[in-house]
Amino acid sequence: MSTTLDGRIALPADEAIVLHRSYWQATLHFCRREPLGAVGAVLVLIIAITGLSAELIAPYSPTANDFAAMTEAPSWTHWLGTDQFGRDLLSRIIYGARTALIVGLTSAIVGGFAGLVLGVASAYFGGRLDLVFQRIFDVVMAFPLIIMALAVVAIFGTGVHNVIVAITIPLIPRCARVVRSSALAIREIPYVDAARACGYSHSRIILRHMVPNVMAPFLIMLTAFVGQAILAEASLSYLGLGVQEPTPAWGLMLQGGAEEYASTAPWIAIFPGLAIALTVFGVSLFGDALRDVLDPKLRER
Amino acid sequence: MSAIGRPLLEVRGLRMHFPITEGLVARKLVGEVKAVDGIDFSVRRGETLGLVGESGCGKTTTGRCILRLERPTGGEILYDGVDIARMERKELLALRRRIQVIFQDPYSSLNPRMKVGDIIAEPIKVHGIEPDAAKRTARVRELLSVCGLSPRFADRYPHEMSGGQRQRVGIARALALNPEFIVCDEAVSALDVSIQAQVVNLLEDLREQFGLTYLFIAHDLSVVRHLCQRVAVMYLGRIVELADGDELFGNPLHPYTQALLAAVPVPDPSVEMHRTFRPVQGEVPSPINPPSGCVFHPRCPIAVEGCRRERPELREARPGHFVACSEVR
Repeated sequence: MSTTLDGRIALPADEAIVLHRSYWQATLHFCRREPLGAVGAVLVLIIAITGLSAELIAPYSPTANDFAAMTEAPSWTHWLGTDQFGRDLLSRIIYGARTALIVGLTSAIVGGFAGLVLGVASAYFGGRLDLVFQRIFDVVMAFPLIIMALAVVAIFGTGVHNVIVAITIPLIPRCARVVRSSALAIREIPYVDAARACGYSHSRIILRHMVPNVMAPFLIMLTAFVGQAILAEASLSYLGLGVQEPTPAWGLMLQGGAEEYASTAPWIAIFPGLAIALTVFGVSLFGDALRDVLDPKLRER
Repeated sequence: MSAIGRPLLEVRGLRMHFPITEGLVARKLVGEVKAVDGIDFSVRRGETLGLVGESGCGKTTTGRCILRLERPTGGEILYDGVDIARMERKELLALRRRIQVIFQDPYSSLNPRMKVGDIIAEPIKVHGIEPDAAKRTARVRELLSVCGLSPRFADRYPHEMSGGQRQRVGIARALALNPEFIVCDEAVSALDVSIQAQVVNLLEDLREQFGLTYLFIAHDLSVVRHLCQRVAVMYLGRIVELADGDELFGNPLHPYTQALLAAVPVPDPSVEMHRTFRPVQGEVPSPINPPSGCVFHPRCPIAVEGCRRERPELREARPGHFVACSEVR
C-alpha cells in the first residue's frame, strides 16, 4: 500500500449530482409516469374539496324536507332528484363527502400511525414483546374488518366518533404487521447499530432512525386504508350501526327509501352508490400508482 | 491519563454463543452457534490491534461485544479496568462516549433520511456536549474538515455522496463524541483500493491527532500489516496467534496463519507462477458443532493425535508472540 497518497486529497465530488427535485417537478413526474394514478388523485381531490366547501356549493340544506317534491326524478331544480322525504340528493351527497372523508381519513391516519409505531417497536425490541404483540394482532386480524367494527360499535354504540374508533381498531394490526416486516429488515442495517452504539434512547432510534425508513410501505398502506375505511363506514351506516340520521352519509342514503323505491325511484340508490364507488376507486388508483412510484420492487405483482 | 502501554481494553475468556431455538411458546434450545468461544487479548492505549480471519470466524461478533451491541454470554471485557460485559443499558451510556465504531459498508451505515450534518450533530446533541445549536453546527463543520470533507457536505444527503465520502462521514460521526477507542469493523473493505489508501491514511492521522486506540477488524492482510502494531488471528471463534505485526508476518508460527499468509498473492507474475501454494484442505467447520480439541485439527498439516482431544491454550512461544498450538516449538 502506498503511503504517499495523502488522506486529504482534493475531492472532486463537491459537484456531486443533486438528486433532489422540487415538489412541483415531482408532481409532474408522477403524472407523466402514472396517468391513472393522477386521475385517481384528481378524483380524491375533487371529493375532498367538495366535502370541505359543502356549505358553499350545496344548493339546499341536506336535512331540509320539501314535502312538495318527494322522490322526484333528476331535474334542473334538483339535479340528482330527491328522496322519499323530499331532501335534495345532490346536497346530501356533497355533505356526505364530508362524513366519508372525516371518518375515512381519521380512521386511516390514527390507525395507520398507531400501527406504524407498534409495528416498528415490535420489530425493534423483538423477543417476548414481539411475540405477545404478534399474537394480539393475530387475534384482531382473525376477524374480518367489518365484523370487528361491528363488535366495537356493539360495545360503544353508534355515532360518528364511535364509528371512527370502530374502524380504527381493526386497521391497527393490519398496518403493524406490514410495517413490522419492513422494520425487521431495517433493524439489521448498520445505521441502527450505529445509533445504538451512540447510546440513543429507544424512542429516538424508533422514531428518528427506523420510522422514516419504513415510510414507503406505510404510505401505500395508508392510502389503501382510506379506501377501506370509507367503504367500512358506508357498510356500517347501511347496516344502521354507523352514522345515524339525519347526518348525511352515503351508506345511510342507500338504506330505507333507496331499497323501498328501487324500482320507481332508482336515483335515490344510484347516486350515493356512485359516490362511494368513485371515491374508493379514486383512492385505490392513487394508492396503486403511489406503490409503483415508491416501491419499484412491488411492481411485478 | 495512565501510562502508555497499560492495556485500555482487556478481553478475558470472551464467549458469545447465540442460541438456536425451536417452538413458538415453549422455546426449546436445540443448539448454539459458538461465534466467539473463549478469547483473550488486550489492546494497549494508543496502539492499533488488528483482528484478522476468514468470514464467519467471529471477529465482527467480538467487535460487537466490545461495543456492547451484543450481550456476551461469558467472559469479561475490562475497559479501563471496569468490566463492561455485564453492564446494563443505563450504565453503558457513559461508555458510549468513549467507545465508537466505524462500519464496513458506507452505504448502509448512514441513515438515508438524514442530512450528513444531522447525522454528525445527533450524538453531540443527545449527549448534551454542545447544547447551543450554532456551536454544534460549527463543530460539525470542523469534524467534516478534519475528515477531509468540505463543510458544505453538511447539507447533503448520504445518497448524494460517493462511497469514500460516506465513509468519511461515518468516521466524522464516530469522532463526534471525542472517543478514545474506535472499533473499525472492516472499515476499508468495501472501498476501492485508491480510496482505501486515503481512508487508511486518514485513520492513521486521526490516531496521532486525537490519541486514539483502534481495534481494526479486517480480512485484508496488507491493510492490517500497514496499519496495525499487533495482530491477532482468529479461526472459528478462537484466537490462534497473536504477535507484533512484523513478527507475525515475518515469522508466523501457527499453521493456519502460515496458510493464510501464503494465500496472499505476490504482485509479481513471474514469482507467482513458480510459487508452490497449497491452500488449506477442506472447509471451515460449522461453529454450531466445532471440532473437538484444537478447532483447526481436521485441516491442519501438522496435527497429531493429541490435537483431537486437547484444546491448546494461547501460550507465549517467543517474547510477545502468542500461539495456540501444541506442536509449535
